[in-house]
Amino acid sequence: MSPIAHVHTWLDERFGLEELIAPLRHKVVPMHRLSYWYFFGGITLFLFGVQVCTGILLLLYYRPSANEAFESVSYISTQVQFGWLVRSIHSWSANLMILSAFAHMFSVLFLRAYRKPRELTWISGMVLLLLALGFGFSGYLLPWNTLAFFATKVGTEVAAQVPLIGHWVMVFLRGGEDVTGATLTRFFGFHVAVLPGLTMLFLLMHLALVQRFGISVPPSVERAWEARPTERREMKFFPNFALRESMAWYLALAVLGALAALSPWGLGEKADPFASAPAGIKPEWYFLFMFQTLKLIPSKIAFLDGEVLGVLAFSAAGLVWVCLPLAESTLPKHGRKLVLGLGVFAVAYIAAMTAYGYVAK
Amino acid sequence: MRAGRAIPIAFLAVSLLLLVPLSRKAYAQSKNTCLDCHSNLDGPLQVTTEKFAADIHAQKGLTCASCHGGDPTKDDADAMSKAAGFRGHIERTQVPELCGKCHGDAAYMRQYNPSLRTDQLAQYHISKHGQLLAKGDTHVAVCVDCHSVHDLRPPSDPRSTVNPVNVAKTCSNCHSDRDHMKAYNIKTDQFAGYSGSVHYEALAQRGDLSAPTCTTCHGNHGAAPPGVASVENVCSTCHVFQTQLFDGSPHKAAFTASGLPGCITCHSNHRIQHTGDSMIGTGPQAVCTNCHSQGDAGFAAADSMSRELIQLELALVKSEDILQQAEQSGMEVGQAKLDVSEARDYLTKSRVAIHSFAPAKLDAQIKNGLAITDKTYAAGVKALRERDFRREGLGVSVLTILVVLGGLFLTIRNIER
Amino acid sequence: MALKQAISTLVPEYEQSEPMQVSRRRFAVALLGTGLAASLVSFLYPVVKYLIPPPTTDMGGDTVSAGKVAELKPNSAKVFRFGSKPGLLIRDVEGQFRAISATCTHLSCTVQYRSDVRQVWCACHNGYYDMTGRNISGPPPRPLEAYDVHVQGEDIVVSRKRGA
Repeated sequence: MSPIAHVHTWLDERFGLEELIAPLRHKVVPMHRLSYWYFFGGITLFLFGVQVCTGILLLLYYRPSANEAFESVSYISTQVQFGWLVRSIHSWSANLMILSAFAHMFSVLFLRAYRKPRELTWISGMVLLLLALGFGFSGYLLPWNTLAFFATKVGTEVAAQVPLIGHWVMVFLRGGEDVTGATLTRFFGFHVAVLPGLTMLFLLMHLALVQRFGISVPPSVERAWEARPTERREMKFFPNFALRESMAWYLALAVLGALAALSPWGLGEKADPFASAPAGIKPEWYFLFMFQTLKLIPSKIAFLDGEVLGVLAFSAAGLVWVCLPLAESTLPKHGRKLVLGLGVFAVAYIAAMTAYGYVAK
Repeated sequence: MRAGRAIPIAFLAVSLLLLVPLSRKAYAQSKNTCLDCHSNLDGPLQVTTEKFAADIHAQKGLTCASCHGGDPTKDDADAMSKAAGFRGHIERTQVPELCGKCHGDAAYMRQYNPSLRTDQLAQYHISKHGQLLAKGDTHVAVCVDCHSVHDLRPPSDPRSTVNPVNVAKTCSNCHSDRDHMKAYNIKTDQFAGYSGSVHYEALAQRGDLSAPTCTTCHGNHGAAPPGVASVENVCSTCHVFQTQLFDGSPHKAAFTASGLPGCITCHSNHRIQHTGDSMIGTGPQAVCTNCHSQGDAGFAAADSMSRELIQLELALVKSEDILQQAEQSGMEVGQAKLDVSEARDYLTKSRVAIHSFAPAKLDAQIKNGLAITDKTYAAGVKALRERDFRREGLGVSVLTILVVLGGLFLTIRNIER
Repeated sequence: MALKQAISTLVPEYEQSEPMQVSRRRFAVALLGTGLAASLVSFLYPVVKYLIPPPTTDMGGDTVSAGKVAELKPNSAKVFRFGSKPGLLIRDVEGQFRAISATCTHLSCTVQYRSDVRQVWCACHNGYYDMTGRNISGPPPRPLEAYDVHVQGEDIVVSRKRGA
């Protein structure tokens, strides 16, 4: 017997390996003209894996105190061998992961994969998206440079706009009234312990649900296949789709390496809490559309504070988004059109506002 | 009124009454009835209580009578009695002597401020203003013209007309008035010139009180323009190195012989501008070509010095550029950047060394600077080479990844045949 | 070999083939094998190098070791590097250590300590500071930033003053 077969048998006799992986042998991926979108989930997962690995490497040298954070990142980038590579990959992969997560979410939306019985998959996925944004927000502060400091200040101030609990939320996030070294330590805790823990939980849930229900097929394709069963195309996950997915993952790796080497992530200046905010301070691109919207809302609408209204609107939109699958079941006649319309609007709005945010002063 | 309410009200009333004398604490409590009438008059006879309250003399306890005589305790026109020594309006020609009666008396002034000088009147007598006043010219400045009157503030007060920040404006009240100065045949462009100078910028805009104003170079009470021969001495009180080098340079003898006014020859007296490397050399903005022309030794020296300055400046910029490029690519260049700032020191020293007008002296500083910039530039090149090495490494990984991609693709094709 | 076995375990039908396909397959496997090995090396090499601690463990920043106690005699000073700027470490006549920024606030020349006048002097334009960094004469418009100094054993440790 080959060595691999030996190992397989040994494990199987001890915890029933064959039982666990047998379903995987039969796992299929439906093939149709929109199948390429199926890659995005896997790419997001892969990039998350890259983040965990590079994150652990960074953890070996990073120091989470206001006095040393900036210097430690500078040390990693300049003194540690290939530290520049690890750091730049971590920063680039973070952005690509969030981009991929959004693409995955929107593709699921437009391919209508959130329908019954996959509502929980959608909800857990939305939680994961929120956790990813949390990772981005908390991680951005860790180098403790000027841009990060002020972006965090503005971001947490927006959180304070939520009525009733806003101030408490802000104090909780900041570890005090202002953004200080305490904020850094707290964000570090969120970034390396709290968020990873929660993510593992929801990720396992999400993947288990995907395994349970299989890959969904868009309704139009489903109807076509029901009418003409011979047109049904499916690909075995192992090895065919897995090989293709490996190609995608390797390609992503190449892109990351290229970005890290050709466009390394800068460090900027160490944060000075007593200096004034630099002109034109903006958050990272994935928060830009919200930031730009808040900037455009007039300061007072009737008797309500404009910013509070904006924050509430986005919170409501978020809630609606999480509960989207329920729309189809509660509004059978128009649910589909509503979701589609909201989806198109959302993509257009986010794209437009992000672009606007970039060019605005 | 019930007792319960009466006590607090009485308390309030008593404390208010007690506050009244406190509000007038500045006065050493002499009565000053003159202001009762004069605050209600118009024109030059008007002196309001508010105005006089700002006067340092009033704050020290003096009254109108201290200068004008009379009896300030009387309520009516008796206050202005000749018997009490009333003088009324003080003639301009008498003002300096009047002020000097107290301000020139050291024993008297010691009561108020022992460190105040008491030679102002003596200085005034030898000043241009004083000399002309003695001849009967009442158009020249007397004490009250510069120091103001009835609301006279000490020079340390930023609102004082003789506070360093305000001195130039005060002098310009007469000295920029063409009609006023016509009789003396003196130009009136000094304030305009000074307002555009680095000294004014330092004083009025940056608040640097060590920067010179009119009185710093011309004197205040003994005001007179420094003679052509002594201009350099005035400048050298602050610009020590430049004067020392100048004194050892060939220009010293040459300027003295030609009656040229030292530093002013190249730097101007009032409109002193920021110096720049373009001032030296043979270019369009150079001052050297005002005297020197092609072919003479000075022209050659100017040219050589200018070239050396430019050479070091360019070398510094070249180093700074490459180091910035390296830093933006993520390379560590902290030590090199430190060295560049040391090289910049040599450029700063060179610009002082210019005043020796000896290319050899300049040469030494420039050579030191260039030695450092050579090193720092090399460090920048090394950093960029490391960056390129990284990119090559990337190329290798991408290549291996492409091989894998190729292998995967072929494997897929094979199993799906 | 191992790669072939891995593939055949996952894809049983891989074994059945014709000779033509065998050579093609061999090529694909060879390519994949070498590619994987090479790419793995190109990933692991930097990681291994990364894990080796660099020679300097000092991360710079707000605290720096400016010198040794034995290095400086009373009434002398030395210039040390603080981040990317120079600092001046002075040992006064009583043996006390002081540290201030060495960048003159006039035109950024590097200042020096004059043991004859016991003051800090800038050679460019004759500016003087006292040992606490206060500008006392000449063109400098502002004082020099003062740093905290602690002696830890043989080392003199200089750090930026803690803000409020």
